[in-house]
Amino acid sequence: MTYFPEEVVEHIVDFLGSHGDRNAVSTVCKAWYQVDRLSRRSVFVGNCYAIRPERVVTRFPEMKSLTVKGKPHFADFNLVPYDWGGFAQPWIEAVARGCPGLEELRLKRMVVTDDDLELLARSFPNFKSLVLVSCEGFSSDGLAAIATYCRGLRELDLQENEVEDHGRQWLSCFPDSCTSLVSLNFACLKGEVNASALERLVARCPNLRSLKLNHSISVESLNKILARAPHLVDLGTGSFTIDNRSETYRRLINSFFKCKSLRSLSGFWDASPFCLQAVYPVCTNLTVLNLSYAPAIQSADLTKLIGLCFKLQKLWVLDCIGDKGLAVVASTCKELQELRVFPSDIYGAGITAVTEEGLVAISSGCPKLNSLLYFCYQMTNSALTTVAKNCPHFTRFRLCILEPEKPDPVTNQPLDEGFGAIVRSCKNLRRLSVSGLLTDQVFLYIGMYAERLEMLSIAFAGDSDKGMVYVLNGCKNLRKLEIRDCPFGDAALLKDVAKYETMRSLWMSSCDVTLGGCKALAAKMPRLNVEIINENDGTCESKENLSDLHKVEKMYFYRTVAGPRNDAPDFVWTL
Amino acid sequence: MDGGVGYADMDALKATELRLGLPGSDPPEKPLPTTTTTTATTARPTKRSLDEDRAARREPSEGGRATSTRATKAQVVGWPPIRSYRKNSFQAMKATAEAAGLYVKVSMDGAPYLRKIDLEVYAGYKELREALEDMFKCFEGCKGSEYAITYEDKDGDLMLVGDVPWEMFTSSCKKLRIIRGAEAIRGLGSSQ
Repeated sequence: MTYFPEEVVEHIVDFLGSHGDRNAVSTVCKAWYQVDRLSRRSVFVGNCYAIRPERVVTRFPEMKSLTVKGKPHFADFNLVPYDWGGFAQPWIEAVARGCPGLEELRLKRMVVTDDDLELLARSFPNFKSLVLVSCEGFSSDGLAAIATYCRGLRELDLQENEVEDHGRQWLSCFPDSCTSLVSLNFACLKGEVNASALERLVARCPNLRSLKLNHSISVESLNKILARAPHLVDLGTGSFTIDNRSETYRRLINSFFKCKSLRSLSGFWDASPFCLQAVYPVCTNLTVLNLSYAPAIQSADLTKLIGLCFKLQKLWVLDCIGDKGLAVVASTCKELQELRVFPSDIYGAGITAVTEEGLVAISSGCPKLNSLLYFCYQMTNSALTTVAKNCPHFTRFRLCILEPEKPDPVTNQPLDEGFGAIVRSCKNLRRLSVSGLLTDQVFLYIGMYAERLEMLSIAFAGDSDKGMVYVLNGCKNLRKLEIRDCPFGDAALLKDVAKYETMRSLWMSSCDVTLGGCKALAAKMPRLNVEIINENDGTCESKENLSDLHKVEKMYFYRTVAGPRNDAPDFVWTL
Repeated sequence: MDGGVGYADMDALKATELRLGLPGSDPPEKPLPTTTTTTATTARPTKRSLDEDRAARREPSEGGRATSTRATKAQVVGWPPIRSYRKNSFQAMKATAEAAGLYVKVSMDGAPYLRKIDLEVYAGYKELREALEDMFKCFEGCKGSEYAITYEDKDGDLMLVGDVPWEMFTSSCKKLRIIRGAEAIRGLGSSQ
């Protein structure tokens, strides 16, 4: 091996796709570490506080693509206070200094400011692709900077960000010379957008394949856009409301007839039922359909549409589709791999919704199903066992029974056996979320069978510390564990602290861990940042005054080589 | 502890509780206003009631678990686990829909609860009829039972749906009522 020329090693290593594999290569020996670091083009940082940006930049000077994730997953559900952290600024500054050849930046759950976007736009002459997912802190001014200065931009993909609206002119900032766009997604923008500027932009970008519009784009505008870009592969419709069967509607259906390449549809926010008929021409080719933001569409219309989509691989819907609607999906969509069913009636008592029957129907009709997110009002062990038998290929299984701690309504038993069946059957399960009434037993099963499990989310479950210990002992590949409202305490937390260095992070909120327990953990594990998030209601108690027996409301710890972070706000204590 | 309502009291309270929902179902309830004292932050009261709940669970129970302080869960922060982006979009959608829409109540004789529909969503009488049929399908009982769709207009009179042009109807309709049985058909003559 010592005589292997570096160029050959590099060539071989280039074939390795995954970050994990390349990371493994770099630990073999110094020579291979060097080969990897100089040839690594794509770098993934799962936790922005695990390492300092400067170190990443120094190690990978030829980096072309960087992905960074910030806040913990439970931030999606408002469990992490607004200014907890996850700032993009130090990353963009470091990369601007050290890797001016950067072409692609992907950020998730981070705070990105307009200044950050402007710095980004001005620092990388070859910049091609910006993807922001669930970020916040910027406005349309920042987007204007990106549009203005990123010559040769190919992709601007904004997914579910909180963006402040400072006016509609950012889109006009794309210069006339910009003809390189391949993907543009501004669906999450709340404000108005200059429709005619958009139409001109679409007209001059012949490579545009993915376009996701926001609310403000009317059907008239959509018609013009589709006329200019009939080769679109992925479309997010704008408001999609038409008053009646007018000329606009006729033109719309004609436009869709011409979109022979269309494979993915989303949007439909205000879609009225008969508007859906306009997309019937493209249904037979659709592989991705996202109707999860269209509460106005009733089950009957949904099923008429989906009944035509027999090539569908990915479907996101609202639970108003009902069990009957899911039966239609099951009989039509034999290629289905991913299904997400979201609740449509978050604030009231649901009447039309989905139950275990819908899921069982899907499992028997769609044998290729490997990814599930399912919100429902009830689930039975029997159904879960059937699902496990029908679909052994699940890699992601997330079940959310809306009422916490709800037992099997038929037997009144906990759902331990049902989830046990899932983990036993699905040998490749990487991500699991459990819900309903659950005892320590389910965690015994998870620890025993879920060998490939990487991420586990637990809420309102378990009886004692044993539950958490089963999981930590058993799941060898566990990377992320997030727990809320469970009776797990210090004994579980401190049982096997060495395990935590094999994981990215652990979140525990509203559990039984105490300040003393967290301090003990921090003392034993210097390479963990143990953070206590201490939101208070005005009674500002400093940590010196709190006894060790004080129960910690929110604890988040993560492994890191960067030491305690210097941007933590007052209410975050790093122990 | 906050609340201070014992579990026996909780069950009695529950038995007399008036709520929307089909008998025998147990959908997630809106929070009961009396049982918890909500402070400025919901985090602590919730936690204590959860402790109560866990204590109850450790007591031996026959068969099922006590539903006890389930109601408080409805107030729990971050539950159900839906991205705030999605929740906010729905809130915004509800707001604009309710602001812009022509929402009218729909009652059906014999149904335990009413529905609400947005008249602006429908192109005409045919779509309206289809939507109402779909909505109240589960209460039809024997198939083919006759019914008539009526509405209360601005003057408070009960009118048969379908006589006037659609736009005139949507602007004057205050609420809808589906009348069933022989009484409905008596007055119809040949108009349907």
